[in-house]
Amino acid sequence: MTDIATIPIGTQGTEPAAKQERSFLSSLGRSAKGLTGLFLIMLVVACALFARQIVPYDHAQQVIEWRYAPTAWQAGGSTRNLLGGDNMGRDIFSRTIMGAQISVQVALIVVSIALVIGSVLGALAGYFGGWIDTLIMRAVDFQLAFPFLLLALIFMAVLGPGFATLVMALSFALWINFARIVRSETMRIRKLDYVDAAITMGVSQLRIIATHVLPNVLPAVLVMATLDIALVIISEASLSFLGLGVQPPTASWGVMIAEGRDFLYDQPWIVIAPGIAVLISSVGINLFGDFLRDYFDPRLERM
Amino acid sequence: MADDILLEVKGLIRSFALSAGFFAKPRQLIAVNNVNFQISRGEAFGLVGESGSGKSTIGRIIARLSQPSAGSVTFDGTDWLALKGKALREKRRDVQMIFQSPYASLDPRWRVRDLLAEPLKSYTDLTGSALTSRAAELMEQVGLHSGWINRFPHQFSGGQRQRIAIARALASKPKLLIADEPVSALDVSSQAQILQLLRSICTEQGLAMLFISHDLSVVDHLCQRVGVLNHGILEEVGPTGQIFRNPQSSYTRRLIEAVPGKKRRAAEGAMHA
Repeated sequence: MTDIATIPIGTQGTEPAAKQERSFLSSLGRSAKGLTGLFLIMLVVACALFARQIVPYDHAQQVIEWRYAPTAWQAGGSTRNLLGGDNMGRDIFSRTIMGAQISVQVALIVVSIALVIGSVLGALAGYFGGWIDTLIMRAVDFQLAFPFLLLALIFMAVLGPGFATLVMALSFALWINFARIVRSETMRIRKLDYVDAAITMGVSQLRIIATHVLPNVLPAVLVMATLDIALVIISEASLSFLGLGVQPPTASWGVMIAEGRDFLYDQPWIVIAPGIAVLISSVGINLFGDFLRDYFDPRLERM
Repeated sequence: MADDILLEVKGLIRSFALSAGFFAKPRQLIAVNNVNFQISRGEAFGLVGESGSGKSTIGRIIARLSQPSAGSVTFDGTDWLALKGKALREKRRDVQMIFQSPYASLDPRWRVRDLLAEPLKSYTDLTGSALTSRAAELMEQVGLHSGWINRFPHQFSGGQRQRIAIARALASKPKLLIADEPVSALDVSSQAQILQLLRSICTEQGLAMLFISHDLSVVDHLCQRVGVLNHGILEEVGPTGQIFRNPQSSYTRRLIEAVPGKKRRAAEGAMHA
């Protein structure tokens, strides 16, 4: 038996892939991008969570003297209305903080729905292929052919504007993102030996999808989800701006921008506060999403 | 003698349609062409050939990971290719496979305990601590420390990973082990150890093995019988010594000539004799 060691062997296998040595927290600590993103996200989430404790006034409360009140640091402004008052005499600071609540709610609900539906359909399409794949991916293609706003308009026309319609329209627009990424990752994982090994061990197909495929596509899905949250916040603002989303007097950043646009020249602060809020949340989420992508796939970092 | 036969492969054909272009007529690639062989209980059968000769395809068909275009496979007295669904899943326990690369065959997100528990959950009623202790037992059986059971695959070397893959294949107490180039992804120092392990396990447990390899010398050491495959055609089948010392087909002769260091070892062999 000893002489087997002397046998010349032609091919050499690949060396083990570089290990993911740094833990998540320590690489977060080293990344300015990740930390900044996380800080901005926490800021928005904290505003949403403690909105009722933070706001000095009710978001719908109207006071005649507050109409067009300038911000605290402008001439004629006072700390009574920190970010000024709008055309209806409502406190902009209170409305902006309450708006975070709507945005975070919509974003989390929409992304969760789209993630679950898109991932399951994408995994089925990628794993089984054949007619299942054709059916699901043609639905995706069909939907991609429609502009997103047109789709949203159809929903509003049929169901009438409102929070539930908004959530439905956005989820319907977003699931394809998850379906496409999960499908392609599933097709890659499907061919790996550990899936074949599980088959020879008598594991059922659905169980293989649940235990081997989905956990391994999770990193890609997580990155997608963070980036989509920013997209949803912006889309919610756009739809509400067009009057198709959250209805006044509920404070949504989109609604606030829509209402303030007539006063853009004389009272710009009505639009600036919610505008900056949208900016902060989407920049924060995008930075954090970028960090997550780098963490899960370091090869992309240099690109 | 007939009772001793565990696996019988008859007239096995697997062809693939190659699309040569949109307007061109699809061509047929015959990967496996009318292959016949038998494996007895407890026997190590080697299947050798160059890359692309169809040896892995045969392994995958027997493991029921791939369907043949024609032919029959009889395993342990049953029509192996007719099994479907639940019956097939239940019977898969008898045929287990060791893959070429232990980097691809172990899910990187699973701990060793869970990797070994996967077949145990399919084929035994073990749960909880009984499952863990059986997994630990399997680890020891392949020469690994049972205390490493909570580690992840990336914490092991290639050879150790292949040991884990072997332990997993043994978990369901199979009758036939299919080893598809089990050492070609490993460094030279672990290759000999893994081969030794496979040999001793098969002897101890009376396990039959289909050993697929491009390496004639390894097959020579490990297998009692061997089949030489050339572009999907089984050139010759027979006892290893006979085939390698006295090859009948010209292809086998060329294959043996091509082994580096062959002449030197032949000379050494002559000296010992």
